[in-house]
Amino acid sequence: MGQFLHEFFSPLDFLRSVPQVWNGFQLNLELMVVAEAFVLVLALLLAIVRGLPGRVAVPFRAAAIFYTDIFRGTPLILVIFLVQGFATLNYLGLSSQTLFRNGVIALTLVYTAYVTEVYRAGIESVHPSQRMAARSLGLSYMQALRYVVLPQAIRRVVPPLLNDFIGLQKDTALVTIIGVTEAVAQANFYSSDWVNFASLVVASVFFIFLTIPLARFTDYIIRERERRERAQAV
Amino acid sequence: MSANGQFVSLQGVTKRFDDLEVLHGIDLDIAEHNVVCLIGASGSGKSTLLRCINLLEHVDAGTIVVDGETITGTKIDVNRLRQKIGIVFQAYNLFPHMTVLQNVTLAPRKALGISRANAEGHARALLRQIGLEDKADEFPDRLSGGQQQRVAIVRALATSPKLMLLDEITSALDPQLIGEVLELVRELAGAGMTMILATHEMSFAREVANKICFLDAGVIREEGTPEEIFSSPREERTREFLARVLEGGRL
Repeated sequence: MGQFLHEFFSPLDFLRSVPQVWNGFQLNLELMVVAEAFVLVLALLLAIVRGLPGRVAVPFRAAAIFYTDIFRGTPLILVIFLVQGFATLNYLGLSSQTLFRNGVIALTLVYTAYVTEVYRAGIESVHPSQRMAARSLGLSYMQALRYVVLPQAIRRVVPPLLNDFIGLQKDTALVTIIGVTEAVAQANFYSSDWVNFASLVVASVFFIFLTIPLARFTDYIIRERERRERAQAV
Repeated sequence: MSANGQFVSLQGVTKRFDDLEVLHGIDLDIAEHNVVCLIGASGSGKSTLLRCINLLEHVDAGTIVVDGETITGTKIDVNRLRQKIGIVFQAYNLFPHMTVLQNVTLAPRKALGISRANAEGHARALLRQIGLEDKADEFPDRLSGGQQQRVAIVRALATSPKLMLLDEITSALDPQLIGEVLELVRELAGAGMTMILATHEMSFAREVANKICFLDAGVIREEGTPEEIFSSPREERTREFLARVLEGGRL
């Protein structure tokens, strides 16, 4: 027991590893923010394409479905290796040295597939009569989507979006395998150098401390909206 | 005005849903500033007919002319057309994420390109007319059903349509809330708005309509003045329908 506590919770190693792990964790934060920004935009575009009506849009819809099938079905760790491999061909300004960029691309490819489905579920949950009412007022298809359908759809999917956002945060740790010196890599370095695992616990604490406020913040947003828009006595 | 001097003119309008033909060659003429009421049982095709006139449903055969324009043609700009034809639904269909004012100003601002200040000024004036100006910044869910439906009517009026289609707009309302909505429709009729109403409110239809059409299984079985339809219907089916409605205490 004493051995266990020493290996994982030694106060000295805990404190001593914090700066090093924090150093790496900043990379996780950057990966997360950049990838999430791309994901939120690209997934919305894909979800819109998937919902386009008519025969003309068939190839576009098919392409969107193909994309989500492929990248939802492939383990992220494989996608990271594949992107890293692709980067060695030096296309599109990528190289085996552009680790951060390669990591962002892999994370974006996979999470865009997940988040597309989340948006799509939200869009489909808005009753067709809402779109019909918007169209009946003379709004175009895209205007009805933008002003009437999407605002309602996105509000409804805030909790699942946050869920995927948390998943993305945690999965930024996976890019350690192509040599990005993020929090897990730094924690590993520390634990090999000092033969102590407290640094890994420190890394875990960083990740947990990042997700909890986000979850509470989402709860708050949802509650506020309910308060504002719903009738009080039901 | 179309060739025959009517504001709205339907000829042979036919609508199918898969194998089910819900409208069989409807012919209907409506003069400007007139009110036509469509009566008939649920499923007789009243709502579908209204939706066809707003091109929310694709017409399978026949022509519809509104204000001299054949809207069933292929080159029609449906968005521009719908700004001229307002429609109000049974379930209000207000946008729950927008305030009353935003609901009313959305189409003028985005579809007509009117500035926000002008659109809001117009919207507030319309809301004032129906006594709901103080609700402008409320969300729809905080309003009563009657208030919501009146806002929905104002929303449809905000693009200054020349024709209003009202699809059983009081059917979802509690009896004590129906009056305020009908009062607004009465005012519109008095102001000369051309309207087509699908309704179960027979006494109201009798009061405001210039013409009553009895729809039965997708055809206009009988049409005439309120007096003709309600006092001396010629068709057996019309008599049966009115007798049933009378039993239900709706007249």
